[in-house]
Amino acid sequence: MAIDAVEVQSAMPNHRSKTIHVTVNGVPRESHVEARTLLVSYLREHLKLTGTHIGCDTGHCGACTVLVDGTPVKSCMFLAVQSDGSEVRSVEGLETGGKLHPVQEGFHKEHGLQCGYCTPGMMMTSVALLAANPNPTEDEIRRGISGNLCRCTGYVNIVKAIQSAAKEMAAAPKGGP
Amino acid sequence: MYPPNFEYYVPSTVEEAVGLLDQHQGDAKILAGGQSLIAMMKLRLAQPAILVDINRIPNLAYVREDDKFLRIGATTRTAELSRSTIVQARYPILSDAGREIADPIVRNRGTVGGNVSHGDPGNDLPACLLAMGAEFEIHGPKGIRTLPARGFYQDTFVTSVATNEMMTEIRVPRPGAGTGSAYSKMERKVGDFATVGVGARVVVDSSGKILNAGIGLTNVGPTAIYATAASDFLAGKTDSDAVLAQAAVLARDASAPSPDNRGPVDFKKDMVRIWTRRTLRKALDRAKGGK
Repeated sequence: MAIDAVEVQSAMPNHRSKTIHVTVNGVPRESHVEARTLLVSYLREHLKLTGTHIGCDTGHCGACTVLVDGTPVKSCMFLAVQSDGSEVRSVEGLETGGKLHPVQEGFHKEHGLQCGYCTPGMMMTSVALLAANPNPTEDEIRRGISGNLCRCTGYVNIVKAIQSAAKEMAAAPKGGP
Repeated sequence: MYPPNFEYYVPSTVEEAVGLLDQHQGDAKILAGGQSLIAMMKLRLAQPAILVDINRIPNLAYVREDDKFLRIGATTRTAELSRSTIVQARYPILSDAGREIADPIVRNRGTVGGNVSHGDPGNDLPACLLAMGAEFEIHGPKGIRTLPARGFYQDTFVTSVATNEMMTEIRVPRPGAGTGSAYSKMERKVGDFATVGVGARVVVDSSGKILNAGIGLTNVGPTAIYATAASDFLAGKTDSDAVLAQAAVLARDASAPSPDNRGPVDFKKDMVRIWTRRTLRKALDRAKGGK
Protein backbone atom coordinates (compact mmCIF):
# COMPACT_ATOMS: atom_id res chain seq x y z
CA MET A 1 0.00 0.00 0.00
CA ALA A 2 2.73 2.37 0.95
CA ILE A 3 4.59 1.35 -2.15
CA ASP A 4 1.60 2.20 -4.37
CA ALA A 5 1.44 5.64 -2.82
CA VAL A 6 5.10 6.24 -3.53
CA GLU A 7 4.70 5.10 -7.12
CA VAL A 8 1.70 7.32 -7.72
CA GLN A 9 3.58 10.24 -6.26
CA SER A 10 6.69 9.64 -8.33
CA ALA A 11 4.63 9.47 -11.51
CA MET A 12 3.36 12.99 -10.92
CA PRO A 13 5.37 15.87 -12.35
CA ASN A 14 6.09 17.38 -8.98
CA HIS A 15 9.69 18.56 -9.49
CA ARG A 16 10.71 16.56 -6.44
CA SER A 17 12.10 13.74 -8.52
CA LYS A 18 13.54 13.34 -11.94
CA THR A 19 14.64 10.75 -14.46
CA ILE A 20 18.34 11.09 -15.17
CA HIS A 21 20.64 9.60 -17.78
CA VAL A 22 24.15 9.10 -16.51
CA THR A 23 27.06 7.06 -17.76
CA VAL A 24 28.70 5.48 -14.76
CA ASN A 25 32.05 3.80 -15.33
CA GLY A 26 31.20 3.46 -19.00
CA VAL A 27 27.73 1.95 -18.42
CA PRO A 28 24.76 4.11 -19.50
CA ARG A 29 22.13 4.28 -16.76
CA GLU A 30 18.60 5.60 -16.64
CA SER A 31 17.32 6.17 -13.12
CA HIS A 32 14.48 7.92 -11.40
CA VAL A 33 15.77 9.73 -8.33
CA GLU A 34 14.48 12.18 -5.77
CA ALA A 35 15.92 15.64 -6.39
CA ARG A 36 17.51 15.57 -2.96
CA THR A 37 19.42 12.36 -3.63
CA LEU A 38 23.12 13.06 -3.42
CA LEU A 39 25.39 11.64 -6.07
CA VAL A 40 27.17 9.55 -3.44
CA SER A 41 23.87 8.02 -2.29
CA TYR A 42 22.87 7.38 -5.89
CA LEU A 43 26.13 5.51 -6.50
CA ARG A 44 26.06 3.57 -3.25
CA GLU A 45 22.36 2.88 -2.73
CA HIS A 46 20.81 2.87 -6.20
CA LEU A 47 23.71 1.38 -8.16
CA LYS A 48 25.24 -0.55 -5.24
CA LEU A 49 28.66 0.86 -6.09
CA THR A 50 29.86 1.04 -2.51
CA GLY A 51 33.50 1.73 -3.35
CA THR A 52 32.82 5.44 -2.96
CA HIS A 53 32.84 6.21 0.75
CA ILE A 54 30.95 8.74 2.83
CA GLY A 55 33.25 10.33 5.37
CA CYS A 56 32.42 13.70 6.91
CA ASP A 57 29.25 14.21 4.83
CA THR A 58 29.88 17.99 4.76
CA GLY A 59 32.41 18.51 2.00
CA HIS A 60 35.60 18.52 4.03
CA CYS A 61 37.22 15.11 3.87
CA GLY A 62 37.12 14.11 0.19
CA ALA A 63 36.47 10.40 0.84
CA CYS A 64 33.50 10.59 -1.57
CA THR A 65 35.50 12.13 -4.44
CA VAL A 66 34.46 10.89 -7.90
CA LEU A 67 35.08 12.26 -11.37
CA VAL A 68 32.21 14.00 -13.14
CA ASP A 69 33.18 14.56 -16.77
CA GLY A 70 36.78 14.11 -15.67
CA THR A 71 36.70 16.69 -12.86
CA PRO A 72 37.01 15.57 -9.23
CA VAL A 73 34.00 16.56 -7.16
CA LYS A 74 32.86 15.66 -3.67
CA SER A 75 29.87 13.49 -4.42
CA CYS A 76 28.28 14.21 -1.02
CA MET A 77 27.98 17.86 -2.09
CA PHE A 78 26.56 17.17 -5.52
CA LEU A 79 23.00 16.18 -6.35
CA ALA A 80 22.45 13.10 -8.49
CA VAL A 81 20.12 15.16 -10.69
CA GLN A 82 23.03 17.47 -11.43
CA SER A 83 24.89 14.58 -13.04
CA ASP A 84 22.16 14.16 -15.68
CA GLY A 85 23.90 13.83 -19.05
CA SER A 86 27.36 13.42 -17.50
CA GLU A 87 29.97 10.73 -17.30
CA VAL A 88 30.72 9.68 -13.75
CA ARG A 89 33.77 7.65 -12.86
CA SER A 90 34.17 6.05 -9.45
CA VAL A 91 36.87 3.81 -8.04
CA GLU A 92 35.12 0.76 -9.54
CA GLY A 93 35.85 2.25 -12.96
CA LEU A 94 39.63 2.38 -12.56
CA GLU A 95 40.43 -1.26 -13.20
CA THR A 96 40.17 -2.27 -16.85
CA GLY A 97 40.08 -5.84 -18.11
CA GLY A 98 41.24 -7.28 -14.82
CA LYS A 99 44.27 -4.98 -14.76
CA LEU A 100 44.63 -2.41 -12.00
CA HIS A 101 45.00 1.25 -12.94
CA PRO A 102 48.58 2.53 -12.45
CA VAL A 103 47.30 4.65 -9.56
CA GLN A 104 45.88 1.53 -7.89
CA GLU A 105 49.17 -0.27 -8.56
CA GLY A 106 51.03 2.66 -7.01
CA PHE A 107 48.92 2.62 -3.84
CA HIS A 108 49.44 -1.14 -3.61
CA LYS A 109 53.16 -1.09 -4.25
CA GLU A 110 54.01 1.91 -2.05
CA HIS A 111 51.56 0.98 0.72
CA GLY A 112 49.63 4.23 0.19
CA LEU A 113 46.91 3.24 2.62
CA GLN A 114 46.37 1.83 6.06
CA CYS A 115 42.68 1.68 6.96
CA GLY A 116 41.73 2.40 3.34
CA TYR A 117 38.78 4.64 4.06
CA CYS A 118 40.12 7.69 2.20
CA THR A 119 41.68 5.59 -0.56
CA PRO A 120 38.92 5.58 -3.21
CA GLY A 121 38.61 9.38 -3.06
CA MET A 122 42.35 9.81 -2.84
CA MET A 123 42.84 7.67 -5.94
CA MET A 124 40.18 9.49 -7.96
CA THR A 125 41.82 12.82 -7.15
CA SER A 126 45.19 11.30 -8.12
CA VAL A 127 43.85 10.08 -11.46
CA ALA A 128 42.61 13.58 -12.31
CA LEU A 129 45.82 15.14 -11.02
CA LEU A 130 47.97 12.95 -13.26
CA ALA A 131 45.70 13.49 -16.25
CA ALA A 132 46.19 17.25 -15.91
CA ASN A 133 49.84 17.11 -14.88
CA PRO A 134 51.58 13.83 -15.81
CA ASN A 135 54.84 14.73 -14.08
CA PRO A 136 53.95 16.59 -10.87
CA THR A 137 56.48 17.75 -8.29
CA GLU A 138 56.06 16.58 -4.72
CA ASP A 139 54.71 20.04 -3.86
CA GLU A 140 52.14 19.85 -6.66
CA ILE A 141 51.05 16.41 -5.46
CA ARG A 142 50.69 17.61 -1.88
CA ARG A 143 48.68 20.65 -2.94
CA GLY A 144 46.67 18.53 -5.38
CA ILE A 145 45.52 16.10 -2.70
CA SER A 146 45.00 18.75 -0.03
CA GLY A 147 41.21 18.33 -0.32
CA ASN A 148 41.47 14.65 0.63
CA LEU A 149 42.10 13.89 4.26
CA CYS A 150 43.96 10.79 5.43
CA ARG A 151 44.18 10.17 9.15
CA CYS A 152 46.49 7.13 8.96
CA THR A 153 49.44 7.48 6.64
CA GLY A 154 50.76 10.97 7.25
CA TYR A 155 50.57 11.21 3.43
CA VAL A 156 54.19 10.15 2.87
CA ASN A 157 53.32 6.86 1.19
CA ILE A 158 50.38 8.41 -0.66
CA VAL A 159 52.77 10.89 -2.27
CA LYS A 160 55.10 8.00 -3.13
CA ALA A 161 52.19 6.04 -4.59
CA ILE A 162 51.25 8.92 -6.88
CA GLN A 163 54.89 9.40 -7.91
CA SER A 164 55.10 5.69 -8.68
CA ALA A 165 51.91 5.89 -10.77
CA ALA A 166 53.27 8.90 -12.66
CA LYS A 167 56.41 6.94 -13.53
CA GLU A 168 54.48 3.90 -14.64
CA MET A 169 52.12 5.97 -16.77
CA ALA A 170 55.04 7.83 -18.37
CA ALA A 171 56.69 4.52 -19.21
CA ALA A 172 53.52 3.17 -20.84
CA PRO A 173 51.90 6.15 -22.56
CA LYS A 174 49.50 4.02 -24.61
CA GLY A 175 46.22 2.93 -23.12
CA GLY A 176 46.32 5.43 -20.23
CA PRO A 177 43.24 6.41 -18.25
CA MET B 1 22.58 12.78 5.55
CA TYR B 2 19.98 13.88 3.03
CA PRO B 3 18.92 17.46 2.43
CA PRO B 4 15.22 18.09 3.15
CA ASN B 5 12.91 17.62 0.16
CA PHE B 6 12.71 20.44 -2.33
CA GLU B 7 11.41 21.11 -5.80
CA TYR B 8 14.17 21.24 -8.36
CA TYR B 9 14.13 23.52 -11.40
CA VAL B 10 16.75 23.80 -14.12
CA PRO B 11 16.22 27.07 -16.01
CA SER B 12 18.06 27.57 -19.27
CA THR B 13 18.10 31.37 -19.22
CA VAL B 14 18.72 34.07 -16.61
CA GLU B 15 15.21 35.42 -17.25
CA GLU B 16 13.69 32.03 -16.54
CA ALA B 17 15.74 31.72 -13.34
CA VAL B 18 14.67 35.17 -12.17
CA GLY B 19 11.05 34.33 -13.06
CA LEU B 20 11.20 31.26 -10.82
CA LEU B 21 12.77 33.26 -8.00
CA ASP B 22 10.09 35.93 -8.36
CA GLN B 23 7.27 33.41 -8.46
CA HIS B 24 8.48 31.65 -5.32
CA GLN B 25 9.89 34.63 -3.49
CA GLY B 26 11.52 33.75 -0.22
CA ASP B 27 11.01 30.00 -0.72
CA ALA B 28 13.51 29.59 -3.55
CA LYS B 29 17.29 29.53 -3.42
CA ILE B 30 19.76 29.57 -6.27
CA LEU B 31 21.90 26.45 -6.51
CA ALA B 32 25.24 27.37 -8.05
CA GLY B 33 28.26 25.34 -6.91
CA GLY B 34 26.35 24.12 -3.87
CA GLN B 35 29.47 23.79 -1.75
CA SER B 36 27.95 25.86 1.05
CA LEU B 37 24.25 25.46 0.31
CA ILE B 38 24.10 21.64 0.14
CA ALA B 39 26.02 21.30 3.41
CA MET B 40 23.73 23.87 5.05
CA MET B 41 20.68 21.98 3.81
CA LYS B 42 21.99 18.68 5.14
CA LEU B 43 22.57 20.30 8.52
CA ARG B 44 19.07 21.90 8.32
CA LEU B 45 20.60 25.35 8.57
CA ALA B 46 18.77 26.08 5.32
CA GLN B 47 15.54 24.46 4.10
CA PRO B 48 14.55 26.12 0.84
CA ALA B 49 11.36 24.68 -0.67
CA ILE B 50 12.68 25.27 -4.18
CA LEU B 51 16.13 25.07 -5.72
CA VAL B 52 16.86 26.90 -8.93
CA ASP B 53 19.90 25.23 -10.46
CA ILE B 54 21.66 27.83 -12.62
CA ASN B 55 24.51 25.55 -13.70
CA ARG B 56 22.95 24.80 -17.08
CA ILE B 57 22.40 28.42 -18.08
CA PRO B 58 24.77 28.90 -21.03
CA ASN B 59 27.34 31.70 -21.23
CA LEU B 60 27.40 32.34 -17.51
CA ALA B 61 30.90 30.93 -16.88
CA TYR B 62 33.68 33.09 -18.30
CA VAL B 63 36.67 35.23 -17.39
CA ARG B 64 37.40 37.98 -19.90
CA GLU B 65 38.82 41.45 -19.94
CA ASP B 66 37.68 44.42 -21.99
CA ASP B 67 38.96 48.00 -21.98
CA LYS B 68 37.22 48.78 -18.69
CA PHE B 69 36.79 45.64 -16.62
CA LEU B 70 37.74 42.10 -15.86
CA ARG B 71 34.37 40.38 -16.22
CA ILE B 72 33.70 37.15 -14.39
CA GLY B 73 30.51 35.21 -15.06
CA ALA B 74 28.61 34.13 -11.97
CA THR B 75 28.97 30.37 -12.49
CA THR B 76 32.72 30.51 -13.16
CA ARG B 77 34.32 27.94 -10.84
CA THR B 78 36.72 29.41 -8.32
CA ALA B 79 39.40 27.01 -9.63
CA GLU B 80 39.29 28.96 -12.90
CA LEU B 81 40.52 32.14 -11.21
CA SER B 82 43.96 30.80 -10.43
CA ARG B 83 44.15 29.05 -13.83
CA SER B 84 43.32 32.16 -15.87
CA THR B 85 46.46 33.72 -17.36
CA ILE B 86 44.77 37.16 -17.45
CA VAL B 87 44.00 36.90 -13.74
CA GLN B 88 47.49 35.67 -12.89
CA ALA B 89 49.14 38.48 -14.83
CA ARG B 90 46.96 41.45 -13.93
CA TYR B 91 44.71 40.54 -10.98
CA PRO B 92 47.01 38.49 -8.73
CA ILE B 93 44.79 39.24 -5.72
CA LEU B 94 42.18 36.97 -7.34
CA SER B 95 44.60 34.20 -8.27
CA ASP B 96 45.98 34.35 -4.71
CA ALA B 97 42.45 33.92 -3.37
CA GLY B 98 41.71 31.28 -6.00
CA ARG B 99 44.43 29.14 -4.47
CA GLU B 100 43.21 29.65 -0.90
CA ILE B 101 39.45 29.13 -1.09
CA ALA B 102 38.47 25.89 0.67
CA ASP B 103 40.35 23.04 -1.04
CA PRO B 104 41.09 22.05 -4.66
CA ILE B 105 38.08 19.77 -5.05
CA VAL B 106 35.63 22.26 -3.58
CA ARG B 107 37.09 24.87 -5.95
CA ASN B 108 36.16 22.66 -8.91
CA ARG B 109 32.49 23.21 -8.01
CA GLY B 110 32.25 26.38 -5.94
CA THR B 111 31.44 29.40 -8.08
CA VAL B 112 32.65 32.99 -8.03
CA GLY B 113 29.05 34.24 -7.97
CA GLY B 114 28.22 31.98 -5.04
CA ASN B 115 31.32 32.93 -3.08
CA VAL B 116 30.52 36.62 -3.61
CA SER B 117 26.75 36.59 -3.03
CA HIS B 118 26.44 34.01 -0.23
CA GLY B 119 27.32 36.71 2.29
CA ASP B 120 29.37 34.50 4.56
CA PRO B 121 32.09 36.69 6.13
CA GLY B 122 34.42 33.69 5.80
CA ASN B 123 34.24 33.68 1.99
CA ASP B 124 37.53 34.92 0.56
CA LEU B 125 36.53 36.78 -2.59
CA PRO B 126 34.45 39.59 -1.03
CA ALA B 127 37.50 41.13 0.70
CA CYS B 128 39.38 41.05 -2.60
CA LEU B 129 36.53 42.66 -4.49
CA LEU B 130 36.09 45.35 -1.82
CA ALA B 131 39.81 46.12 -2.11
CA MET B 132 39.61 46.24 -5.92
CA GLY B 133 36.50 48.46 -6.01
CA ALA B 134 34.53 45.84 -7.95
CA GLU B 135 30.89 46.00 -8.93
CA PHE B 136 28.21 43.39 -9.41
CA GLU B 137 25.59 42.98 -12.11
CA ILE B 138 22.26 41.88 -10.67
CA HIS B 139 19.31 40.64 -12.73
CA GLY B 140 15.82 41.01 -11.31
CA PRO B 141 12.25 40.88 -12.63
CA LYS B 142 12.38 44.61 -13.39
CA GLY B 143 15.69 44.52 -15.21
CA ILE B 144 19.39 44.82 -14.55
CA ARG B 145 21.12 46.91 -11.92
CA THR B 146 24.73 47.38 -10.98
CA LEU B 147 25.86 47.61 -7.38
CA PRO B 148 29.29 48.48 -6.00
CA ALA B 149 30.96 45.90 -3.77
CA ARG B 150 31.37 48.56 -1.10
CA GLY B 151 28.02 48.72 0.69
CA PHE B 152 26.87 45.38 -0.72
CA TYR B 153 27.40 43.36 2.45
CA GLN B 154 24.79 44.27 5.05
CA ASP B 155 25.04 41.50 7.61
CA THR B 156 25.98 37.84 7.85
CA PHE B 157 24.27 36.12 4.90
CA VAL B 158 22.51 39.41 4.07
CA THR B 159 23.49 41.30 0.93
CA SER B 160 21.81 43.84 -1.34
CA VAL B 161 20.56 41.06 -3.63
CA ALA B 162 16.81 40.62 -3.16
CA THR B 163 15.23 37.17 -2.98
CA ASN B 164 13.93 37.55 -6.55
CA GLU B 165 17.27 38.68 -7.97
CA MET B 166 20.36 36.92 -9.22
CA MET B 167 23.97 38.05 -9.53
CA THR B 168 25.18 37.42 -13.08
CA GLU B 169 28.53 39.15 -13.43
CA ILE B 170 31.38 40.35 -11.23
CA ARG B 171 33.30 43.29 -12.68
CA VAL B 172 36.73 44.33 -11.49
CA PRO B 173 38.03 47.67 -12.82
CA ARG B 174 41.03 47.20 -15.08
CA PRO B 175 44.11 48.16 -13.11
CA GLY B 176 46.15 51.11 -14.35
CA ALA B 177 49.93 51.42 -14.42
CA GLY B 178 51.65 51.00 -11.06
CA THR B 179 48.92 48.79 -9.58
CA GLY B 180 49.76 45.85 -7.34
CA SER B 181 47.41 43.55 -5.46
CA ALA B 182 47.59 40.55 -3.16
CA TYR B 183 45.45 38.37 -0.92
CA SER B 184 46.75 36.50 2.12
CA LYS B 185 44.89 34.11 4.33
CA MET B 186 45.82 32.92 7.76
CA GLU B 187 44.18 29.51 8.10
CA ARG B 188 44.59 26.64 10.50
CA LYS B 189 44.52 24.05 7.75
CA VAL B 190 43.53 23.65 4.12
CA GLY B 191 39.77 23.82 3.75
CA ASP B 192 39.17 25.93 6.83
CA PHE B 193 37.71 29.40 6.73
CA ALA B 194 40.20 32.18 7.35
CA THR B 195 41.23 33.06 10.87
CA VAL B 196 42.05 36.35 9.16
CA GLY B 197 42.18 37.17 5.46
CA VAL B 198 43.43 40.41 3.94
CA GLY B 199 43.08 41.67 0.37
CA ALA B 200 45.10 44.72 -0.64
CA ARG B 201 45.37 46.87 -3.75
CA VAL B 202 47.86 49.73 -4.12
CA VAL B 203 48.68 52.11 -6.94
CA VAL B 204 52.12 53.75 -6.87
CA ASP B 205 53.74 56.39 -9.06
CA SER B 206 57.28 56.19 -10.40
CA SER B 207 58.72 57.85 -7.28
CA GLY B 208 57.21 55.18 -5.03
CA LYS B 209 54.44 57.41 -3.70
CA ILE B 210 51.17 55.58 -3.03
CA LEU B 211 48.42 57.22 -5.08
CA ASN B 212 45.58 55.18 -3.66
CA ALA B 213 44.89 51.91 -1.92
CA GLY B 214 42.10 49.53 -0.92
CA ILE B 215 42.06 47.01 1.89
CA GLY B 216 39.42 44.32 2.46
CA LEU B 217 39.20 41.95 5.43
CA THR B 218 37.85 38.39 5.61
CA ASN B 219 36.13 36.73 8.60
CA VAL B 220 36.83 39.38 11.22
CA GLY B 221 33.32 40.77 11.52
CA PRO B 222 29.71 39.98 10.63
CA THR B 223 30.51 40.71 6.97
CA ALA B 224 33.57 41.16 4.81
CA ILE B 225 34.92 44.58 5.77
CA TYR B 226 36.30 47.42 3.68
CA ALA B 227 38.93 49.10 5.88
CA THR B 228 38.11 52.67 4.85
CA ALA B 229 40.37 54.60 7.23
CA ALA B 230 43.38 52.40 6.51
CA SER B 231 42.80 52.60 2.76
CA ASP B 232 42.33 56.39 2.75
CA PHE B 233 45.32 56.91 5.04
CA LEU B 234 47.70 55.41 2.47
CA ALA B 235 46.74 57.82 -0.33
CA GLY B 236 49.56 60.29 -0.90
CA LYS B 237 51.99 58.58 1.49
CA THR B 238 55.47 57.51 0.50
CA ASP B 239 55.97 53.77 0.94
CA SER B 240 57.83 52.93 4.15
CA ASP B 241 57.56 50.25 6.80
CA ALA B 242 56.34 52.88 9.27
CA VAL B 243 53.52 53.95 6.95
CA LEU B 244 52.42 50.37 6.39
CA ALA B 245 52.53 49.75 10.14
CA GLN B 246 50.23 52.74 10.71
CA ALA B 247 47.80 51.57 8.04
CA ALA B 248 47.84 48.10 9.59
CA VAL B 249 46.78 49.53 12.96
CA LEU B 250 43.89 51.35 11.27
CA ALA B 251 42.82 48.10 9.57
CA ARG B 252 42.99 46.32 12.91
CA ASP B 253 40.68 48.97 14.38
CA ALA B 254 38.21 48.43 11.54
CA SER B 255 37.86 44.75 12.40
CA ALA B 256 35.21 43.37 14.77
CA PRO B 257 35.95 39.66 15.09
CA SER B 258 34.08 37.18 17.28
CA PRO B 259 35.92 34.70 19.44
CA ASP B 260 35.75 31.11 18.23
CA ASN B 261 37.97 28.05 17.93
CA ARG B 262 40.26 30.04 15.64
CA GLY B 263 41.16 32.36 18.48
CA PRO B 264 40.05 35.09 20.86
CA VAL B 265 39.23 38.64 19.80
CA ASP B 266 42.54 40.27 20.76
CA PHE B 267 44.52 37.63 18.90
CA LYS B 268 42.43 37.98 15.77
CA LYS B 269 42.65 41.77 15.82
CA ASP B 270 46.40 41.61 16.15
CA MET B 271 46.54 39.12 13.29
CA VAL B 272 44.60 41.64 11.18
CA ARG B 273 47.38 44.13 11.91
CA ILE B 274 50.18 41.75 11.01
CA TRP B 275 48.58 40.25 7.91
CA THR B 276 47.55 43.69 6.64
CA ARG B 277 51.15 44.85 6.87
CA ARG B 278 52.44 41.76 5.08
CA THR B 279 49.78 41.84 2.38
CA LEU B 280 50.36 45.53 1.70
CA ARG B 281 54.06 44.81 1.33
CA LYS B 282 53.34 42.03 -1.14
CA ALA B 283 50.98 44.27 -3.13
CA LEU B 284 53.57 47.08 -3.17
CA ASP B 285 56.30 44.71 -4.33
CA ARG B 286 54.05 43.62 -7.16
CA ALA B 287 53.20 47.24 -8.02
CA LYS B 288 56.91 47.87 -8.37
CA GLY B 289 57.31 44.94 -10.75
CA GLY B 290 58.11 42.10 -8.34
CA LYS B 291 56.22 38.87 -8.00
